[in-house]
Amino acid sequence: MRRTGIVSYWRQYLAISPFFLVFVGFNLIPVFFTLYLAFQRWDGLGDMQFAGLDQFKFLIHDPTFWLSVRNTIIIWVLGTFPMLFVALIIAVMLNAGVRFTPFYRIAYFLPNVTSLVAVALFFFAIFSSSNGLVNAVLHLLHLPQVQWLQNPFAIKVVIALLMSWQWTGYNAIIYLAGLQTIPSQLYEAAQLDGAGPVRMFRHITVPLLRPIILFTLIVSTVTGLQSFTEPQVLFGSTASVNPNSGGPGQAGLTMMLYFYHQAFDNNDYGYGAAIVWALFLLILLFVVINWRLVARSERRGTR
Amino acid sequence: MRRFRAGRAATHLVLGTGVVISFFPFYWMVVMATNTTADIYRYPPKLTPGSHLLDNIHRLLDSIDFFGSMFNTVIVACTTTVLVLFIDSLAAFTFAKYRFPGRNFLFAALLALYMLPTQLAILPQFIIASDLGLAGTLRALLIPPIANAFGIFWMRQYITSAVPDELIDAAKVDGAGFLRQYWQIAIPAIRPGLAFLGIYVFVAAWNDYIWPLIVLVNPDRITLQLALAQLNTAHGTDFSMVMAGTLLAIVPLVVIFAFFARNFIADATKGAVRE
Repeated sequence: MRRTGIVSYWRQYLAISPFFLVFVGFNLIPVFFTLYLAFQRWDGLGDMQFAGLDQFKFLIHDPTFWLSVRNTIIIWVLGTFPMLFVALIIAVMLNAGVRFTPFYRIAYFLPNVTSLVAVALFFFAIFSSSNGLVNAVLHLLHLPQVQWLQNPFAIKVVIALLMSWQWTGYNAIIYLAGLQTIPSQLYEAAQLDGAGPVRMFRHITVPLLRPIILFTLIVSTVTGLQSFTEPQVLFGSTASVNPNSGGPGQAGLTMMLYFYHQAFDNNDYGYGAAIVWALFLLILLFVVINWRLVARSERRGTR
Repeated sequence: MRRFRAGRAATHLVLGTGVVISFFPFYWMVVMATNTTADIYRYPPKLTPGSHLLDNIHRLLDSIDFFGSMFNTVIVACTTTVLVLFIDSLAAFTFAKYRFPGRNFLFAALLALYMLPTQLAILPQFIIASDLGLAGTLRALLIPPIANAFGIFWMRQYITSAVPDELIDAAKVDGAGFLRQYWQIAIPAIRPGLAFLGIYVFVAAWNDYIWPLIVLVNPDRITLQLALAQLNTAHGTDFSMVMAGTLLAIVPLVVIFAFFARNFIADATKGAVRE
C-alpha cells in the first residue's frame, strides 16, 4: 500500500529530479570530495596518495597562506563596513519621500549588473599609471600622487573601492525595501516627543531594520571573503611565471586566488582543497560572529 | 518651511553625487574608448568623447576574436536561461502546489545548498567535468547554473502567491494532468516572475568568470569575460583598445537591464525583505 503510494507520485519526483541530480552530482558530492582531497596528495594525473593531516600541517606553517588570510580580511573590512553604512544613509534619504525615486533606484542598481571583469579593467585603467585619471585629479588638487597598484595598502584600497562601487546601490535598495515596511506613525510619534533625525535613526530605523542589516552583512561576508576576480584581473598572471601573483608584494593575493594558483596552476589538488576548506571555516566563523553581534545588540536594545 | 526645503536640497545633492559616481565609469569608458591612449594619459587629460572609436575597435578585432567570444557568451547565456527557467519553474511548481513524501526534507536540503559557498565544490566540479569529457567545451558552462537553489526558492514563493489553489483544483476537476496544470495554468500566471528570474540568470551567465576560467582549457573556445581579461594581460597599456572592448561587452547587458529595470529591482528586493 505504502509503496504504491510513493510510486503514484512519480511525476512529481521526475519534475524535481533534474535539479536534484545536478545538486547531488555536482554540488553535494563535490563538497565532500573536496574534504576527502584535503587529506590526499594528488596532481590530478597520477595516483592519489593518502597524506593524513600533512596538507593542514603545511597550511599552518605556510606564510603565503597567512598573508592571503590577512589580505582577504583587510579587503573585506575595507570593502564592507563603509559600504553598508553609506548604503543605509542613501536608503534613508531615498525613503524621505524624494521625487525621482525610480530613477535613483535604476541608477544605483546598474553597477551591480555590470560585469566584474569589466569593472576591474576600468579600475585598472584609471588607477594604474601615474598619468591615470585618479592621479591626474590628485595632481589637480595639489595632492601627492599615489602608486595605487604598487603600494600594498593602496592595492587593498583599490579592490575595496571596486567592491563598494558594485555593491553600495544594491544594498541601499535592499535597505530601502525594508525601510518602507516601517510604519510612518512611529516617526511621527517620535517627532512629537521632540526626537531629531539622528535619534530617530538610532532608535527607530536601525533596530527595526536589524534583520535586513543582518541579511546584507551575511551576503557581504560570503561574497566578500570569496573575492577572486578583482585581484585576478587587476594583476592577471599565473603563479608559475610570476612570483608576485596578486600584485606587488602579493598584497592582493586573496585566499580564493591562492587556492586557484595552488589547484590549477600548480596542480596541487590536495593543498588547494585544504585552502578552500580553511576559507569555508573562515566564512562560517565570520557569519557566526555577525549573527552573535546583531543578536546581542538586539537583546541590549530591548532592555 | 525653509529649513525643510534646505534639507531636501541637501538630500538631492547627496543622492545626485551617488548617481554621478554610479554613472561616471560608464562615461569615462566611453571617453577612453573614443580617444587615443595618449590623449587620455597626458596632463590634463581629454575629458570628452573623441572620434577614435573605430580605430580602437579595429585594433581590438585584430588582437582577439572579440565577436567569436561574444557569440559563445550569447549562446551560453541564452541556453542557460531557457534551461534554468524550465527546470526551476517546474520544480518550484511541484514544491508549491503538491504534497508528496519527502517534500519537506528535500526542500530543506535545497535551502542548505543555498547557504553553502559555491567555491567549496569547484575543484571536484572541474575533475568531474574533465572525466565527462566536458572540459574545454561550452556545454560545461551549462551544468552548474542548473543547481540554482535561489531560483527554486524564489520561484516557489512567487508561485504560492501568484497561482491560486482554486485554479489548480478547477483544472484537476476538468481532468488536466500534472503537466497540463504546469503548462496551461501555472506558466501563464507566472510570466512576470519568469521574466525576473530569466534576467537574473542571464546576467549571471553573461558575467560569470571563475568557472569558465577553470573549465575552458581550450583557448579557441572562450567567453567574452575571458577574452576581456586576456586582452588586458596581453595589451594592458593600450587602454583605449581595452576600454573599447569593455564598452562593447557591457552595452548589451546595460540595454537589457535598463529595459526591464523597474520590475526587476522590485522583485530582487522581495526575497531579502521577506526573510
